[in-house]
Amino acid sequence: MAMPLVQPPMPNSWRRETKPHKFCPGCGHGIALRALGYAIDDLGIQDRLVFGCDIGCSLLAWDFFNVDTVQTHHGRTTPVMTGIKRARPELICVAYMGDGGGYAIGAQHLVNAAVRNEKITVILVNNTQYGMTGGQMAPTTLPGQKTETTPYGRDPELTGMPMRGPEMVAAITEDGAYVARGTVSKPRQLRKMFIRALQNQIEGRGFAFVEVLSTCPTNWRTNAEETWQLLEAEMPKYFHIGEIKVPLVKGDGDD
Amino acid sequence: MQAVAEILAEAAYEEGRQALYIPNFGVEQRGGVSVAFLQISDKPIGAPKFEKADIVIALSRRAVYRTRQYVGPDTIFVYDDSATVPPEDLPQQAKKVIGIPAIEITNRELHPRVFNVMIMGAVIGVTKVVAPEDAKKAIELRLGYKFAKDPKLRELNYRAMERGMELARAAV
Amino acid sequence: MADEPLTGEKRVFMTGNEVVAWAALAAQADIMYGYPITPQNEVMHYWTRLAPKYNKGFLQTEDELSAGFTTIGGVMAGKKAFTATAGPGNILMQEPVAMAEAMRLPVVVVIMQRGGPSTGTVIYSQQEVMLTAFGGNGEGLRVVYSTATHQELFDYTIKAFNTAWRYRFPTFVLADGYQGKMREPLTIYNPVERGLELVPPEPYVGRPGTPGVDRPPGHFRNTYNVEEELNEVLRGHIADWERVAEEIAEHEALGTEDAKLVVVAHGVVARAAKEAVQELRAEGLPVGYFRPITLRPLPSAALLAVARQAEKLLVVESAYGQFGRLLREALYGLTVEMVPLYKPGVGVTPEEVVARCREIV
Repeated sequence: MAMPLVQPPMPNSWRRETKPHKFCPGCGHGIALRALGYAIDDLGIQDRLVFGCDIGCSLLAWDFFNVDTVQTHHGRTTPVMTGIKRARPELICVAYMGDGGGYAIGAQHLVNAAVRNEKITVILVNNTQYGMTGGQMAPTTLPGQKTETTPYGRDPELTGMPMRGPEMVAAITEDGAYVARGTVSKPRQLRKMFIRALQNQIEGRGFAFVEVLSTCPTNWRTNAEETWQLLEAEMPKYFHIGEIKVPLVKGDGDD
Repeated sequence: MQAVAEILAEAAYEEGRQALYIPNFGVEQRGGVSVAFLQISDKPIGAPKFEKADIVIALSRRAVYRTRQYVGPDTIFVYDDSATVPPEDLPQQAKKVIGIPAIEITNRELHPRVFNVMIMGAVIGVTKVVAPEDAKKAIELRLGYKFAKDPKLRELNYRAMERGMELARAAV
Repeated sequence: MADEPLTGEKRVFMTGNEVVAWAALAAQADIMYGYPITPQNEVMHYWTRLAPKYNKGFLQTEDELSAGFTTIGGVMAGKKAFTATAGPGNILMQEPVAMAEAMRLPVVVVIMQRGGPSTGTVIYSQQEVMLTAFGGNGEGLRVVYSTATHQELFDYTIKAFNTAWRYRFPTFVLADGYQGKMREPLTIYNPVERGLELVPPEPYVGRPGTPGVDRPPGHFRNTYNVEEELNEVLRGHIADWERVAEEIAEHEALGTEDAKLVVVAHGVVARAAKEAVQELRAEGLPVGYFRPITLRPLPSAALLAVARQAEKLLVVESAYGQFGRLLREALYGLTVEMVPLYKPGVGVTPEEVVARCREIV
C-alpha cells in the first residue's frame, strides 16, 4: 500500500504552489526563509508586508511567499524597499539579499539607509561567497578560503580581512536601530531575531539589520559533515552570533 | 552683475515683452567672469545665447576683455572706466563706446555697492532698452526685501540709476 | 496642514528648473527622489520648498542609482514618483530605468543635458539623446519628450506623468542646462481646471487584502530562466509599443509642403531652426522646418512624408550626430541628402542656421 506524502509543516505566509523550492540541497536559504515566514505569521503582517529580493540565489525567493514581492537589480533591493516605505509608510518593507547585494555592490545603499535610519528591515544571508555566479570571493570570504577567484585561498595581504557588516551597521546607526547576527544552525533564535527586527519597523523605531550565517555546500564543495563544521565551528569564530544592538526603550538609562 | 541683467529682464517682462535671460553658470562663474545673456523682444526668442550683442555692459576690467567677442559694428559698449583700460584694448569696431567711472562716482557720492545700478542707468539712458519707471518697478521686485529692512537703500538705488542716466546723456 | 493645490492660471517669469517643480505639483506628483547634479539641482531646491506646503514627499538619496530605484519603489507603491538628473547622473540612472523598462513601470525622469562625455561641462548640450532614448540593456521602450520652451517644459512634464501611467513605459522629459537655468515667461495653470484628465496612479504592491487568501500575491521579477520565456515577454511589450507609438508621437512642422531644404532639429535648437526658417521664408526661399517633439517614439510617418519631397535635410544638433542617427534609421531607403550642422556641447544660433542654409540652397 502506497504511503501518502507527508507535507512538512510550513509557515502560513509561504506559498505552497511554489514548493518544493529551487534552492540547492543543503542551502541555508530555505531555513532562513522559513524563520522569516514564521516571524511574519507570528506578527500577523502578511497582508502589509512587501518582500524585496536581490540578484543571486536570493532571487529564487521571488515567488516564495504569499506576500507582494519585487525582485530588483543587484545591490538595489535596499533602495527599492526604501522608496516603497517612504511612499507608503504603513507597509512593512523587507530587503533580502546576499553578501554581494549588501556588502559589495549594495554597500553604498546599505550604509546610507542605515545612517538615514530608514524604517526598513534588511536581511543579509552570508555564505562567504557568491553562490549563483559560481562561487567567487565575497567580502565575507574567510582568510585562506578557496573560491573561484581565490583558488589558492584568500590572502588578506592582497584583499583585506572579511567584512563584519552588522558591526559596521551598529557603529554608524543611532539608538533606534536593531542589529543582529544569527545562523541557520539556530533557527529558533533566528526567528526571534527576525521578529524583533520586524517589530523595530512596525513600532517605527528605525533601521533593522540581521545577518544570517548560512551554507553553500554546492560551491564550498563540502559534504554534510564538513558543511556543518564550517557553519557551526569556523564561521562563528570570526562572525560573532548574537544581538549586537538593541534599541533603547522608554526608561533605558535616560538621565 | 547678474542683478543688473535680472532687473532689466524683469522690467522687460513686466512691460509684457518677451525676455530671455541666462547667466553663465558652473565653473566659469566661480572664479571667472560672471556673464549674463539677455534678450528682449516682441517676438519669440530663438536661442538663449548669441554671437553679437546690440548692447554690451562690462562692469570690470576683466569683463572688458571677456566681452569683446560679442561686439559688432552695431554694438553699444558701456563699461566702467574707474580702472582705466588702455584705449587700444577697448573694442574698436563698436558703434559707440561709453565709459562711466561708476565705481569712482558711487564711492564719492553714493555707496560703492550701487555702482552696477548706475551703469544700468547709463544703459537705459543711452539705449532706452526699457522705460525707467519699469526699471524702478523691477528694482523693487528684485530688491524689495532688502529695502524693507533698510528703506535708505531704495533711495540709494534710484539715485544711482538716475545719476547713471545723467552721465550717459553727458557722455553721448 | 496642506495648502490648496495650484488654482487658476498665472503668468510667470522663472527658470526652467523652477518650472519643472511647479509642473510636477500641478500634475499631482506625490514624491520626488533625487540626487544633486548641475544643472538640475534647483528642481530639488524648489520641490523641497513646495513639498511641505502641499503634503508632498521628498528623499535625497545617496546617488542617482538610488534615486532611480527609490523612484521605482514609489511607483510600485502606487504613488506618482519622479526624479531628475543630468550627464554622469543620467548614465547611472539608466541602471534603474532598465529595470523600469523591463517591468513596464511608470517612472518619470527629467533630464537637463550637459556637456559630455564624462564630466564635460555643467552647462549644456544635446549629447544625451542616445543615452536617454536607448540607455540600458534593452530595446529602448521608453517615451522621450524633447522640450524647447518653458511653456512646453510645464505642459510636457504634466503630460509625462499621464503618458507614463497610461501606457506604462518609463517616460523622460529631455531638456538641457540652458532650459534649466534660463528665465523666460510662461503661463502656469491647474490642468484639471483646464479640463485635462490626470491619469490616477495605482499600486503594484500593498493592494488591499491578504495575498494568497483574498487575492493573488503580486510577484514582480525582471529575470527569466530560459530564452523563450524572455522572448515571449518582450514580444508582448513590443506589440504594445508598436500599437501606441503613433498615438504618442508628436511633431511640429512649418512650410514643408514646398520646401527643397528642410531644417530638422529638436529641443532648444529647434527654436533657432524655426526662427531661421521663418526669416528665410520671408525672403521667399523654399526652406522648411521639421521638429520631432517625441524622440521616442519618433514621428516616423510624418518625418518620412516630409523627407520624401525634400532634396536635402539640414540636421542641426548640439551633438555629433546622435539625433541624426535616430533620423537616419527612420529614413532608411530614401536618397534624400542629410547635411549635418553638428556642434557638440555648444549652442546654435538662428544666424548660424541661416548662414548654412544660404550655402546649401
